[in-house]
Amino acid sequence: METFLQQTLNGLVSGSIYALVALGYTMVYGILGLINFAHGELVMIGALVALQTVTALSGAFPGLHPVILLIAGVAVAVPVCMAVGYLIERIGYRRLRNAPRLAPLITAIGVSFLLQTLAMIIWGREFHVFPQLVSTTPMQPMDGVVVSPLQIFTIVVAFALMGGLMLLVNKSRLGRAMRATAENHRVAGLMGINANGVIAATFIIGSGLAALAGVLFASNYAIAHYAMGFTPGLKAFTAAVLGGIGNLPGAMVGGLVLGLVESFGAGYIEHLTFGFLNSSYQDIFAFMILGAVLIFRPSGLLGERVADRA
Amino acid sequence: MKQNKLIFALAAASLVAGAVQAKEVVVRIGHAGPLTGPAAAFGKDGENGARLAIEDANAKGIKIGGDTVKFELVSEDDQADPRTATTVAQRLTDSGVKGVVGHVTSGASIPASRIYEQAGIPVITPSSTSPKLTQQGYKMTFRVIANDLQQGNALGKYAVDQLKAKKIAVIDDRTAYGQGLADAFANSVKVSGGQIAGREFTNDKATDFMAILTKIKATNPDAVFYGGMDAQAAPLARQMKQLGMTAKLLTGDGGCTGEMIKMAGDALSATTFCTQAGIPLDKMPGGAAFRTQFKQRFGNDIHVYAPYAYDAMMSVIEAMKTAGSVEPAKYQPALRSLAYQGVTGPVAFDDKGDIKGGAITVYNFDAGKWAPLQTIQ
Amino acid sequence: MTTNSTALPLPASFALDRRIQRPLVILLALAAPLVALSMGKSWVRVLDFALLYVLLAIGLNLVVGFAGLLDLGYIAFYAVGAYTWAFLASPHFGIHLPFWIVLPLGAAFAALAGIALGFPTLRLRGDYLAIVTLGFGEIIRIFMNNLNQPINITNGPQGIDSIDPLTIAGLDLSKDLDLFGFQIPSLTLYYYAFLACVVAAIILVRRLQISRIGRAWAAIRDDELAAKAIGIDTRMMKLLAFGLGATFGGVSGGLFAAFQGFVSPESFSLMESIVVLTMIVLGGMGNLAGVIVGAIMLTALPELLRHFAVPMQMALFGKTLLDPEVLRMLLLSLAMIVMMLVRPAGLLPARTRYAHRDRRNA
Repeated sequence: METFLQQTLNGLVSGSIYALVALGYTMVYGILGLINFAHGELVMIGALVALQTVTALSGAFPGLHPVILLIAGVAVAVPVCMAVGYLIERIGYRRLRNAPRLAPLITAIGVSFLLQTLAMIIWGREFHVFPQLVSTTPMQPMDGVVVSPLQIFTIVVAFALMGGLMLLVNKSRLGRAMRATAENHRVAGLMGINANGVIAATFIIGSGLAALAGVLFASNYAIAHYAMGFTPGLKAFTAAVLGGIGNLPGAMVGGLVLGLVESFGAGYIEHLTFGFLNSSYQDIFAFMILGAVLIFRPSGLLGERVADRA
Repeated sequence: MKQNKLIFALAAASLVAGAVQAKEVVVRIGHAGPLTGPAAAFGKDGENGARLAIEDANAKGIKIGGDTVKFELVSEDDQADPRTATTVAQRLTDSGVKGVVGHVTSGASIPASRIYEQAGIPVITPSSTSPKLTQQGYKMTFRVIANDLQQGNALGKYAVDQLKAKKIAVIDDRTAYGQGLADAFANSVKVSGGQIAGREFTNDKATDFMAILTKIKATNPDAVFYGGMDAQAAPLARQMKQLGMTAKLLTGDGGCTGEMIKMAGDALSATTFCTQAGIPLDKMPGGAAFRTQFKQRFGNDIHVYAPYAYDAMMSVIEAMKTAGSVEPAKYQPALRSLAYQGVTGPVAFDDKGDIKGGAITVYNFDAGKWAPLQTIQ
Repeated sequence: MTTNSTALPLPASFALDRRIQRPLVILLALAAPLVALSMGKSWVRVLDFALLYVLLAIGLNLVVGFAGLLDLGYIAFYAVGAYTWAFLASPHFGIHLPFWIVLPLGAAFAALAGIALGFPTLRLRGDYLAIVTLGFGEIIRIFMNNLNQPINITNGPQGIDSIDPLTIAGLDLSKDLDLFGFQIPSLTLYYYAFLACVVAAIILVRRLQISRIGRAWAAIRDDELAAKAIGIDTRMMKLLAFGLGATFGGVSGGLFAAFQGFVSPESFSLMESIVVLTMIVLGGMGNLAGVIVGAIMLTALPELLRHFAVPMQMALFGKTLLDPEVLRMLLLSLAMIVMMLVRPAGLLPARTRYAHRDRRNA
């Protein structure tokens, strides 16, 4: 039972990070119908920029409080990622908005690899240590289950951000414009909405969330690396599809479900398959789910858009 | 006999020639390893080791068969990729190298060894530890480092006998290296009377080990073994601490690095153990001197395999000296019967080309560095 | 996607009279290994690999270029072919079957895998298909990497070594051939064997392209709904594209295993799929000649970079700022982005018609 609770907690932590990244995918997809393959790389850039800031600051002013360092790291990482996200849209995708379907997709793959390579040139190939700015000392709320302040922090921040985004999309003027553009950007334009501006704003918000996810990711695993964004990116995309792409609450649910599935999968698959499969197959759960969802329920768990629309 | 006469005649001829003008023969020896890509640090380390050996040999002014030989290093980048490795091997044989130090990773060494075998050029790997490499029955393939079997066996036995670990969980990263090592370790634990409490898997790009560690924690093992590299072993160590696990952490040479100490930070403790092939550098008569020399020459510390690459290169040169020839066909037998005192220990090969009695040293994390505990022959 | 009007007209040098063009290409293909040999055997090896990639690119082009189905897991079929050869012609299981059994079997298994992938994904289009195929490629690789337990099938991450070389009618291609006193290196023999396969593939694909099937694919690619409306069995045609495309991958994989003598899962990473995709994007999706040029260019690229970029940087800056692998990644990714923005139809774009207007050259 303790193991079960512990696995649930593990799943919630990784799941909430997936969910944050998935929001970026789902927002862009909702509005443009494009899978922004490069979104995962923004997670990586966020983590590495934050790391760079923290290292520079703690070098210049030793003894700075970790919380200030963390805030400073985020304060630099988020605008940088927003700028990168905007540039990707402006240079890479905007001209291809009416191109045949394969073109933006191939561009997106290209952008993803380009960002990885550039990161490799800037930060090198080595794994960097991301300082533990929030305590990881285990606490024991009940026998056999441990949780660290960092894990609680991760979940809280992720949920707060998701809540904030929901408010933004559902209550604000920009949010209404985004929903209108997602519906039909030509008609939205006729209603006096600057569709290009709204699309750019979508990319910028998604990129900001990715940067935050990157900082959370790196803090949790204490590691940052030029290729760290690809796998979480792919999994977050799976999460977005799982929840029903284009659907914001869906992305959150999808992220959490995927986190839990991976955690339980790694923990219990050996018993479930009588020893035939084991934790070496942890990474294929995401793909299996993706395939199954697309085949049997293309509109995802919470539904909305139909995958076939692509 | 006839051949000897021929060599003698050649030597005499070259002596005569040497009387006319001081003759210097340039002998090219290759080094192949990943100089780019994720494993670049290991390749660069090996290249530096090989380069140092060549510079030392050249400084001594070695004479082979009467000629002063100037060695030249031809370094190639195999990106630790099996396909690139064969292209690189082909290019080295094309460029007329007389021997090769490399490749660094087993995945590259195995396909490349076939090409060297066909070309008849001896190749000595400083770091490919897959047992399969020397099981192919090739005459030209040598290895100056204990293989995964020897390393896994030694650590498994040590864990049960010395560390008194009864229940041990084993994790590997599903690479040729990690899996080979973990299998050998698990076998040795069982043979020594220990029990494998669980066998879990991850991959060489993973960062999250919470799920498998939670599962392992439930079985309450005395020790956890990780077969893989430091980039995963370090977060694994942190997450063990985060989960409040008190089991000992054991790794092979992939986790026995300075990077591991840097990345795992305060997650390492006196209950972390690792192994490295060979005798600890500082215990060697010339070890400390080698480290100083290396640092002076390249401005950075040894990563892992530089001393082995140094010894591999020196073995080639030693064999050439013994045979009195730089031709592969002539000095290959000398390589087989080599007895050379290297930086990492005595170098001699068994009939498969593996190093004889390769020593394994168990280290323990102590006060910010790896402290050697025991060397197992 | 290739049938848009943005395709720039061919530069004059490409538009050589076809009567000169064809013998020139044939001559070049035949003489290439001889020229390469004079520069060193390693270049012949590069050529050999280039031909294997040409085969892969032709196969992927069938799926992406002709039928318009973006497949990001294509390398899985290459893996299936390679492992089939490794299972049936190596000491791993102690089976040593001749190539004329193993190679078709590998192709058949790959085709089956292709259909297995195609069947559930028939309803998916565009981006979704891309992601699912990517997942499929990873799943295959992960299975190959892990199927050494509970029963040892693939030998896991250790891979399978000592694989039998290609032996045709008693002639072992892995050994140099002594022909009337002339030494023909093994690499050259492999080159001609691979070339034969490539030529066969080209002929087959050209026939396919102008056949009913090829036209049906083009129709699906351009507008699936319309294709369905005019009575094309889109399900069947898509399955056929996946199956046939995979077959080429399987053959190429089998040849790769025989040539390399060693297969391990690390040769079949996602990056390889992306590289093959870039080949056809760069060369010109849907156009055979373009695809072939793309494949050759990108196989030779790392070698050229190694030879020229490193010494050039050494001369300019005194050290290597960007190593060849980084440069290659940089060029590949830029190629994908820039090509889509500037010349979406590739260097040698497909002609706007799927069929040959000039009957004599059909």
